[in-house]
Amino acid sequence: MSKRWIVLKRNLLNFWQAFRRNRMGLLGACLVFSALFVAFFAPYLSPYQPNETIRDANGRGLTFAPPSVHAPLGTDDAGRDIWSQLVFGARISLTVGFLAGFIAMFIGSTLGILAGYFGGRIDNLLMRTTDILLVIPDLPLMLILVATLRRLELHISPIVILVLVIGLLYWTTTARLIRSQVLSLKERQFVARARAIGAGYLHIIRKHIVPQILPLVVANTVLTISVAILVESGLAFLGLGDPTKPSWGTMLNFAFDRNAISNGAWWFYLPPGLAIVWVSLGCVLLGNVLEEMLNPRLTSHHLEGEALMVARQPTQPARQEKA
Amino acid sequence: MQTPAGGASPLSRPVGLSEPSQNPLLSVRHLSTDFVSLDKTKKGAEVAHALEDVSFEVCPGQTLGLVGESGCGKTTTLMSVMRLLSAAGRITAGEVLLDGVDLLDLSEREMRRYRWKEMAMIFQGAMNALNPVVPVGDQIREPILLHELMDRPEADRRVEELLDLVGIAKSRKDQYPHQYSGGMRQRAMIAMALACEPRLLFADEPTTALDVMIQAQVLELLKHIQAELGLAIVLVTHDLGVIAEVCDSVVVMYGGVVAEYGPIDAVYNTPQHPYTQLLLEAFPDLNRPAETLASIPGTPPRLNDLPPGCRFGPRCPKYWGFCSEQKPRLVEVTSMASRQAPFLQQHWAACHLLEEVASPATVKEND
Repeated sequence: MSKRWIVLKRNLLNFWQAFRRNRMGLLGACLVFSALFVAFFAPYLSPYQPNETIRDANGRGLTFAPPSVHAPLGTDDAGRDIWSQLVFGARISLTVGFLAGFIAMFIGSTLGILAGYFGGRIDNLLMRTTDILLVIPDLPLMLILVATLRRLELHISPIVILVLVIGLLYWTTTARLIRSQVLSLKERQFVARARAIGAGYLHIIRKHIVPQILPLVVANTVLTISVAILVESGLAFLGLGDPTKPSWGTMLNFAFDRNAISNGAWWFYLPPGLAIVWVSLGCVLLGNVLEEMLNPRLTSHHLEGEALMVARQPTQPARQEKA
Repeated sequence: MQTPAGGASPLSRPVGLSEPSQNPLLSVRHLSTDFVSLDKTKKGAEVAHALEDVSFEVCPGQTLGLVGESGCGKTTTLMSVMRLLSAAGRITAGEVLLDGVDLLDLSEREMRRYRWKEMAMIFQGAMNALNPVVPVGDQIREPILLHELMDRPEADRRVEELLDLVGIAKSRKDQYPHQYSGGMRQRAMIAMALACEPRLLFADEPTTALDVMIQAQVLELLKHIQAELGLAIVLVTHDLGVIAEVCDSVVVMYGGVVAEYGPIDAVYNTPQHPYTQLLLEAFPDLNRPAETLASIPGTPPRLNDLPPGCRFGPRCPKYWGFCSEQKPRLVEVTSMASRQAPFLQQHWAACHLLEEVASPATVKEND
């Protein structure tokens, strides 16, 4: 086990060394991790409670106040601090994005592997289901689903509903991607060899298929998370978020509802919009770079960096000594 | 006797230099395999008869060569024996006896226990048979752990032993296939094949894509291992020279059927089937270097569009009318070599010319 740990550590170290040199990847990682940091330490980074009205000396709420010392990003129509809302909103947006992304990837990879490996009827059934989900327009379907689920009064938090609806609908492209990869993998000769050593399908999938598609899954998870955050924002903007726990989308919804634009309160609608761009851009950059890097055929040493074709010193004392 | 397929069995006794009393380890009898392509645009299925009535035997410690042009069914034969055909493959007739057990009767679960433990395989092109993202040592260990022959530390030691046996430094077991050279990968593949100490080893063109030096090394290694462990080896190759060097007996295949089968000396010195004769003529001979090499005009038959009668008929220089009327049977031939050395008697060929020459008395009945 300790040997495994050493190998893992060496691989991670190699990975980090290669990753460090990739500027786009680093930028993406910075964007994503800064957002995660802010979300995690929200109570320490926010001067007010997100639903607390800031009042002036006379006890009047500071409504639509521009950025100032009291409120770093201004206040909204109820005099609440935008920065604090943004920081707490990151928690909701990122939670929904990450959970939904993970659910989608899990379902997508599982179904993709099953369809690709077993083929035949299973493949047909799963892929036709995928097709049906693919051709239904996502947003209307989700609107209907979320609205219906809410009216059922199941006593589930609206955030959980969002997570489930996004997670259960966004696995289709992943499933197709993984399936195509598995289709090509299972025809490779090392799979035939694995069958020849007497391995059953569980062993082959676990030991040979999954490790090969894992890079793809990891990279795709990051990309799916960005999609999930965007979709969550869209749904929340349309009023399907949880008004008591505002996410960035909900903030945009409030800004739109309360005429922030006609009041010229740009500090109300710009920050949440930029925050969404911040995280999804980070995810896309990170995802693309991960996909490129985790491809097993591209991580060999001789392909890292530029080849040193001639490593000879200008003068060669060694050769002269011999002669 | 008039039935074209499944007539006389050539296999009442083992073939080769072994004692007649020795029991064959693997005995393939009248094996036929089809490939079925289900074309939805056409009605029904198109069937390609990839193998028809293939029979041969291998004894422990012996090497059998399977030789023939590309697409003549050599690999299909091995895959049929291991029951690893692709989804389109169907074994339609025959039996594959490993130590008396018919592998074709086993369930898939039982068959999985036979694979690698009893019969292992060196795949065509070792570069592709190794998983690129798993260290080589782990891949060699995989079958040992899968068959639960040893626990992990013991299996690790066994991997080191095996690498040692094939001449790879132990320290390289944690490296990935791309860090190995082609010859090393081939040797790693051999190490993997030996991991579970099989009794039977299929080597599917183990030396193609290797240069002559490495090829010699690999063959030497196989011979050495065979001498040490007493394996039976079935060697598939295009290279008649390789066959001559390492095999005890040889099966010459053409278009999915056995053209000639016999001990190596008998087949090489007195080839009976016109195809074997042409094949040997097409092989460069150092004793006659000036001669231009003969080639066999035409191409092997397409398996879904076989000529009637003898499959070699259209390309055969000795073709006569009867050849396209009936499929020739494998008949025992009495060659020069067998007259000189009585134990080399079991030499078989499938050609109408030989059938005619052979009187019914010399044609062996089905046992």
